[in-house]
Amino acid sequence: MELLIIFISAALVNNFVLSYFLGICPFIGVSNKTSSAISMGMATTFVMALTAVVSWLLFNLILVPFKLEFLQIPSFILVIAALVQFVEMVIKKVSQPLYRALGIFLPLITTNCAILGLALLASMRGYDFLESVVFGVGAGAGFTLALVIMAGIREELDLADVPKPFQGAPITLIVAGILALAFMGFAGMI
Amino acid sequence: MKKQVPLLREFTKGLWEINPTFKQILGMCPTLAVTVSAINGIAMALATTFVLVFSSLMISLVRKLIPNQVRIASYIVIIATFVTIVDLVMKAQFVELSKALGPFIPLIVVNCIILGRAEAFASKNGPLRSVLDALGNGAGFFISLFVLGSIREIIGSRTILGYQVLPNGFEPWLIMILPAGAFLALGLLMGFANLYIERKKNLVRESLIAQYKRVGREEITDEVLKEAGV
Repeated sequence: MELLIIFISAALVNNFVLSYFLGICPFIGVSNKTSSAISMGMATTFVMALTAVVSWLLFNLILVPFKLEFLQIPSFILVIAALVQFVEMVIKKVSQPLYRALGIFLPLITTNCAILGLALLASMRGYDFLESVVFGVGAGAGFTLALVIMAGIREELDLADVPKPFQGAPITLIVAGILALAFMGFAGMI
Repeated sequence: MKKQVPLLREFTKGLWEINPTFKQILGMCPTLAVTVSAINGIAMALATTFVLVFSSLMISLVRKLIPNQVRIASYIVIIATFVTIVDLVMKAQFVELSKALGPFIPLIVVNCIILGRAEAFASKNGPLRSVLDALGNGAGFFISLFVLGSIREIIGSRTILGYQVLPNGFEPWLIMILPAGAFLALGLLMGFANLYIERKKNLVRESLIAQYKRVGREEITDEVLKEAGV
C-alpha cells in the first residue's frame, strides 16, 4: 500500500515535470512529435529506474559508512553519466532497433535534471531500497505521461493560429501551465 | 585570429542579447521552480552566478590541459565541486533559504547554463573574458529570476521581498504561487518580451526607410536592413 502511494504520488500528484519542474528542457525540446516523446519517455524511465537502484546502493553502502555524504553531488552525477554511457553500449549491442529508437535521446538524459533530482530526492526522503525503485519507476511513468500529452497537444497546436511573438517557447509554457492546472486535480487523490 | 570583442561587451551581452532565460532558453527548471518569491529568485541566481563564475574561471585556466574526449566529464566534476561548496555553505549559513530551495541547489550541477557557457565560451577563451562572460550571464539570469519572482510574489501573495505592496482588498491570485502559475507567468512574460522586441525592430526599420527616402536614394535593400539588425 505504501509503495502504491509512492508510485501514484510520483507519477501523478507530484508529477516531476508539472509540479517539481524537473526535466523541463527535454519537455520543451522533445515534445514536438508523439513518437519521439514516447521513445524519450521510455529511455528516461529506464534510466530513472536504474539510477534509483545504483544511487541507493552508492549512497547507503559506500557514502554513508565512510562518512562521505558531502561527496553526494559529484558522485551521483558521475554515476549517472557512466550509467547512461553503459546503457547506451548495452542497447547498441543487444538490440539494434531499440538503439535506433532510443539512441539519440540517451546522451541527452545525462543532463536531464529529473534523473539527478530523482537520486537526490530519494536520498533526502530516506527511502529504503524498494521504495526508491518504485519512486524511480513512478517518476519515469509520470515524466512519460506528461511528455506524451504535451506532444499530442503540440501536434494540434501546429495547426492553430498562434500570434507570432508567442510562437515556440512562450506558447509551449502557457500550454504546460494549463496542463499543470489539470494535474492539480490529482492533488486530492492521496 | 578572430576579431576581439571589447571586454565590456563580454559582460553586457549576457544581460539581454543572449539572456540565458529569454534568449537561450536554458536553465528553465530552477527558473520555474524557485521563483515563488523574489528573495528565492535572488538567492538562486546568486548561487548559480557563484558557481558559473568560478567554474568558468577554472575551466578556462585548465582548458589546454584537458583532452578533448573527456572534457564534458571534467567540466562536470569542476562544476560539481563548486556546487558542493555552495550547498554546504547554504546549509550552514542560510538554513531557511536552503530548505526553501530544496534539491535545486544541488541541481545547479545540471543547469544547462553553466555547462553551456563552459562549452561555448570558457573552453575557448582566456580567464578574464570567461569570468566577464560568466558574470554577464549570471546577471542576465538574475534579472530574469528577479522579475519573474517579483511578479509572482506581488500577484500571488501581495508582497515583494516580504513587504506588502498591494492593499488587503486585493485578493491574491493563489495560482501564481502554484506550479501552474510559474508556467503561465513565464510564458506570458516571454511572449510580451518578444512582442516588445518586434515592435522596436519595426520602429528602427521604419525610421531607416524614412531616412533613405529623405535623402532621395533608391529603394532600401534587404542587405542594408540586415546590417542594421532589423
